[in-house]
Amino acid sequence: MKFKHSKTNRAVRLKDVPELKISELTAEIVKACADGKRVIGFFNGPNEPDKDRVFCLLADDDASEILLASCVFSGEKKYRSMTPGLPLMHLFERELYEQAAIVPEGHPWLKPVRSGGKYDFLKGSGEETHEVAVGPVHAGVIEPGHFRFICAGEKIQHLEIMLGYQHRGVEKLLENKSGRHMPALAESIAGDTAVGHAMAYSEALEALSGAEVPRRAHVIRAIALELERAAMHAAGLSALANDVAYLMGNAVCGANRTTLINTSLLITGSRFGRGLVRPGGVTADIDAQKAGQVVKNTSDACGKIREMAEEMFSSASVMSRFQQTGVVTCQDAKAAGLTGFAARASGVSIDTRADHPSGAYVYYPVTKLTLDSGDVFARAYLRHMEMQQSAGLIKEMCESLPAGKIIDECLVLMPEAIVVSMAEGWRGGIVHAAITDKKGIISRFKVKDPSFNNWIGLALSVRGNGISDFPLCNKSFDLSYCGNDL
Amino acid sequence: MLDILKIRIKHGSQYVPDIRKAVVSPMFRGFPVIAKDAALPFDPELVCPSGAIGKAPVTVDLGKCVFCGDCVRLCKNNEIAFSNRHKLAADSMEKLVIKAGDSADNFEKEAVSCRKEIRKIFKRSLKFRQVSAGGCYGCELELNACGNVNFDMGRFGIEFTASPRHADGIVITGPVTKNMAYALEETYKAAAEPKIIIAAGSCAISGGVFAGSDEINRSFFTSHKVDLYIPGCPMHPLTFINGVMGLLGIGK
Repeated sequence: MKFKHSKTNRAVRLKDVPELKISELTAEIVKACADGKRVIGFFNGPNEPDKDRVFCLLADDDASEILLASCVFSGEKKYRSMTPGLPLMHLFERELYEQAAIVPEGHPWLKPVRSGGKYDFLKGSGEETHEVAVGPVHAGVIEPGHFRFICAGEKIQHLEIMLGYQHRGVEKLLENKSGRHMPALAESIAGDTAVGHAMAYSEALEALSGAEVPRRAHVIRAIALELERAAMHAAGLSALANDVAYLMGNAVCGANRTTLINTSLLITGSRFGRGLVRPGGVTADIDAQKAGQVVKNTSDACGKIREMAEEMFSSASVMSRFQQTGVVTCQDAKAAGLTGFAARASGVSIDTRADHPSGAYVYYPVTKLTLDSGDVFARAYLRHMEMQQSAGLIKEMCESLPAGKIIDECLVLMPEAIVVSMAEGWRGGIVHAAITDKKGIISRFKVKDPSFNNWIGLALSVRGNGISDFPLCNKSFDLSYCGNDL
Repeated sequence: MLDILKIRIKHGSQYVPDIRKAVVSPMFRGFPVIAKDAALPFDPELVCPSGAIGKAPVTVDLGKCVFCGDCVRLCKNNEIAFSNRHKLAADSMEKLVIKAGDSADNFEKEAVSCRKEIRKIFKRSLKFRQVSAGGCYGCELELNACGNVNFDMGRFGIEFTASPRHADGIVITGPVTKNMAYALEETYKAAAEPKIIIAAGSCAISGGVFAGSDEINRSFFTSHKVDLYIPGCPMHPLTFINGVMGLLGIGK
């Protein structure tokens, strides 16, 4: 067996993860991807003095399985890069090189990911060619990153995105040498995805400890996650409307987003759902009265946004900006390994809630929504559709909360094990992987935020578009700088 | 056209009429109330994610607190409890350390003094350049919300500008990562005097949950004096706006 077959939120003993030779492993990865599997992890394990064990995680969405394998480098730390034939590996290989100094020979683009080291930008040449540099500090109230455009006149030929400014050392901090759990840190990986990351983190620890999380807690978590999704999609529509000077859309979506995040505040005491999801369950309950209020607020806010969105998407001036702008074809989306709504807007049907259901999603199935034009319109309209879907899910869950406890703390982690935990954040698939040592202490924590996959999507989408459409394309992807930088 | 009018009418009036008098939901974790002679039934070092709790006597440092509530859940006799009072800004780090017997009423009176020179120049127009130096986007989202139709800080002349050249001060979020330290310093230098510095959110004030990381560089704060500290994780828009209004002496 070349891979160990497992599922999300299931601990696997490290000794059961097959160890292959690197050339074997890369061949298997290429074969698996040709066969429809997705790479969700390729990273070095815990620090060991004399060798590096690199783990590979694949997602088999059709079978709802996770495949695990590994290889060991003890001597020469290099291998033949997979990126030229499998572009979706580009950032995984660069990250592995940066974190463990294992060289992907022949990588066409071996540049820094988070180190802030020297970055050689590609250069264009020609009569009307010029470069536009933006960042790290950007015009609005937003995180920092550097964009380098190569333009011919108004048209963008190529965009290079250099990130790493937000690198805070999350993965190192999540190694819990003291044995202490750190859900508050997980909530700060990307502050707009506090619930998503807290869920992936908590579920990883729960799987490692064999904890039975009460079903009521699972449903409350899902309600909070769907509220987060609805609120951030509202923010996205509001920002997109602003960018095309459709100020009604900006105001109405913004005001109703406030209702949605104040509903998170009603449940958890935080407008961003912080403090709710903790290993073992949740810290706040939703009684019948609160459930009624949550349903009322959500259907009220999402109803008003639906009316506004339908009006906005009927406006010729808005549609002429959105349609055919920033197109990413289905083929490119698959080749680049995009995830989340950006992938679904290009026709790639993947969604963790449906493909790898865990927690409440086992009992509340989610229909995958896709569009196929892959343009700004598709990404915007899909978010509108997902927000309405979330409102429906929230109503269903609030009206059928199972009885029982909300938390069952007591987590002693299985030693010498690895677990993969996946959650569908509002941007896309979040993957947390934790490895424990022989004392049950987390000795390696790997975080993959959906933005890790999707920044390349933005770079692809702007090619051939006017540079003045860049803000629109950027907002249509709505990516996290800190989620990428960790 | 009529459909747009219908939506506009349904949208109604969204702004909070009096920012100084606004009240937040009782669920909101705001000013902490520490019981007299409190003795914690748990070790705060194992519980508080940002080291905000002092053991004996019991204190809560609002500059470090991330308002997660993990401590409250372990209290047996309300040793620590969060009220929903959201006016948490202060003009010094010492004022942010709350002890038993401190009340929100007194805190709100003393925490932010209006400095004459700031009030004289900036009372009617205060433009900020925001710099996210490792912020997780929680604080940034709330700062954006400060200008939305609900909170509308623009009515007080407070706005964010695109360029530091047009700014009267900077609002810093994030713990200040090594990779942003240079950009933060250069952005601050690009603003003309007189200028003020606001540290918004627990990461900016103390490093927050990232305080122990090797990847941050907080030397900016040893070389520059901060004029206003705004606690929160993230800070509520009302905390930010009321803090700035206090600094400007508006609407007292």
